[in-house]
Amino acid sequence: MSLFQTWLPYLLAGISVGGQYALIAIGYTMVYGILRLINFAHGDVFMAAGLIMVYLSTALPLWIAIPLTLALTVALGFLIERAAYKPLRSAPRMSVMISAIGVSYLIQNCALYFTGGLAKVYPPIPWISDTVEVFGAITKRVTLITPILSLFLVVALVLFIKKTKVGIAMRAVARDFEASQLMGIKINSVISATFVIGSLLAGVGSLLYFSNYASVTPTSGGMPGLKCFVAAVFGGIGSIPGAVIGAFIIGICENVIKGLGWTTFSDAFTFALLIVILLVKPTGLFGEKSTDKV
Amino acid sequence: MTKTKEEKRDAIIAACCIGAFYVLILILEAVVPATHILFSILKKSAVYSLAAVSMNLLNGFTGLFSLGQAGFMLLGAYTYAILNMPTELKLGTSVYKYYECAIHFDMGFLPSLLLAGVIAAVFAALIGIPVLRLKSDYLAIATLGFAEIIRAVFQWEALGPVTNGANILSGFTDLNHIYIPFTKIAIPPTFFVMLLSGICIAIVLLLINSSFGRAFKAIRDDEIAAEAMGINLFKHKEMSFIISSFFAGISGALLAMYQFTVKAATFKTAMTYEILLIVVIGGIGSISGSCIGSFLFIACNEWWLRFLDESSNNIAGLNIFRSGFRKVVFSLIIMVIVLFFRKGLMGDKELTAKNVRQFIAGKKSEKKAKGGEKA
Repeated sequence: MSLFQTWLPYLLAGISVGGQYALIAIGYTMVYGILRLINFAHGDVFMAAGLIMVYLSTALPLWIAIPLTLALTVALGFLIERAAYKPLRSAPRMSVMISAIGVSYLIQNCALYFTGGLAKVYPPIPWISDTVEVFGAITKRVTLITPILSLFLVVALVLFIKKTKVGIAMRAVARDFEASQLMGIKINSVISATFVIGSLLAGVGSLLYFSNYASVTPTSGGMPGLKCFVAAVFGGIGSIPGAVIGAFIIGICENVIKGLGWTTFSDAFTFALLIVILLVKPTGLFGEKSTDKV
Repeated sequence: MTKTKEEKRDAIIAACCIGAFYVLILILEAVVPATHILFSILKKSAVYSLAAVSMNLLNGFTGLFSLGQAGFMLLGAYTYAILNMPTELKLGTSVYKYYECAIHFDMGFLPSLLLAGVIAAVFAALIGIPVLRLKSDYLAIATLGFAEIIRAVFQWEALGPVTNGANILSGFTDLNHIYIPFTKIAIPPTFFVMLLSGICIAIVLLLINSSFGRAFKAIRDDEIAAEAMGINLFKHKEMSFIISSFFAGISGALLAMYQFTVKAATFKTAMTYEILLIVVIGGIGSISGSCIGSFLFIACNEWWLRFLDESSNNIAGLNIFRSGFRKVVFSLIIMVIVLFFRKGLMGDKELTAKNVRQFIAGKKSEKKAKGGEKA
């Protein structure tokens, strides 16, 4: 029992962070599935959502600020795709990736300009920021909500992709870009839809993540962003369930490593995992042809 | 291969230009006060141009999209700092405050600098064996991951007796304390760092024009065709990776000399991104482009756009100009270059006497053509 008691906080934190990572990782995996692009700016969109929330909550009540934050995040994701990726659609993949790095640089510098480089305190959201006790471990309620909410969103997303017309179009585009274009699918609107969904989930993820961490800095998107990409690769890039499972594994492992007192290596572990998976099974856990590539 | 008269003349012109450039730097250092911002820009851009050239060797000439540059620079910087720091300082408490230094010897400036490159190259050789089998963006993310792992390892407490943990290293020979051998005459720092990185870049240039360089370019253009022509893919990729990391290590050591201190936390992925953007601005596949790009990048970032940060420029209560605005404008400029001038400044051409002549001739004929139209 005492072993359980010592490890429970880390496990809880791991599951919670895993859920947050899952929401961000979906954005990476969907964009990669369709455009074959590592969207380096996705982590910064996540950070920007945090900052937007900080600024909006000072002026507006929360019940307006939260939906508005999500809407603005979606708008940002949409805008990035239209401005920075669409003009390069026929360019080599390296150019698009460089453009993504450029966008990431731009968002970080804008954040630096608006915040003046200071860490901004994230507003506490009533009810979900309250502390609760689980089996003797004290934690915030957001820790418990995150995995449930993430799983709910993921199921909704999978249904969306399986059943709706846009979802079917997404799968078609992921399978064969050119053929689906010939079949009359409007590539640009499908890609925009992908970015909109990805940004929306990143926005929700940022609400949950920053409620837990309490402050936002211009660079706080970088590391979670990279980790979520690793999660997407780990689960098999292009596969949504894979990204979710990968994110949970990375979140839990990271916190267990912190619990062992190896905090310095919690980031390094993620990358070590990435390199191992790339060498042993480059397609990831669920990266087979049979899975949905979206 | 016999050189034509024209090629010989061009080579002489190029040599004269480079010589004149270095003389100009020497004169500038003698005339302008050493605290002028120009020198810190020139020094930093000399360091970054070597880093950018080493990255260009991989990305632009071999077609390997690697994002591990900051990691190899960190290796170089730490190797140089640890080896070169005087033994008394290592055993004292001013640098190693919380650890007892485990290294009880020091080395001269040149051996430490060379070893900085060698250590980075050795690590690259080890990392390259598994990683270079990966393709394009997977390679990018794996090398980026290795750079992050290296950074974490260097901040690890258990390695504190060697790396001083997450604390800074200082006290090694910096740019202001380089003397002509056997004398007490200090070499002008800007001239010195430019000379060193110039020599390294010249070596890379010679390599690119050799048969190895041609093999690298063949791999970049078409791997399968290159393999069919008898080029050993892995061997050449590994070689390009090792050489690139060697020079990245040296540029890391030079960076340490330039900024007097070394700290692992500063070698972030953001640094790799900056170097990548320099390569893109200069033109992927152009050595001279990387050099010009790094000067423009550093100068814009730290000097020319500085007026944007001055709050005294604000008109009528608008608080647009304040700290950080220059970076926003700067990154917007970079986005414009990335989106609309994808070839960068130089494309994949080099700044040679022949190309300059052709460029001028092209401009003239363009003018003539335009004049003709008007008439």
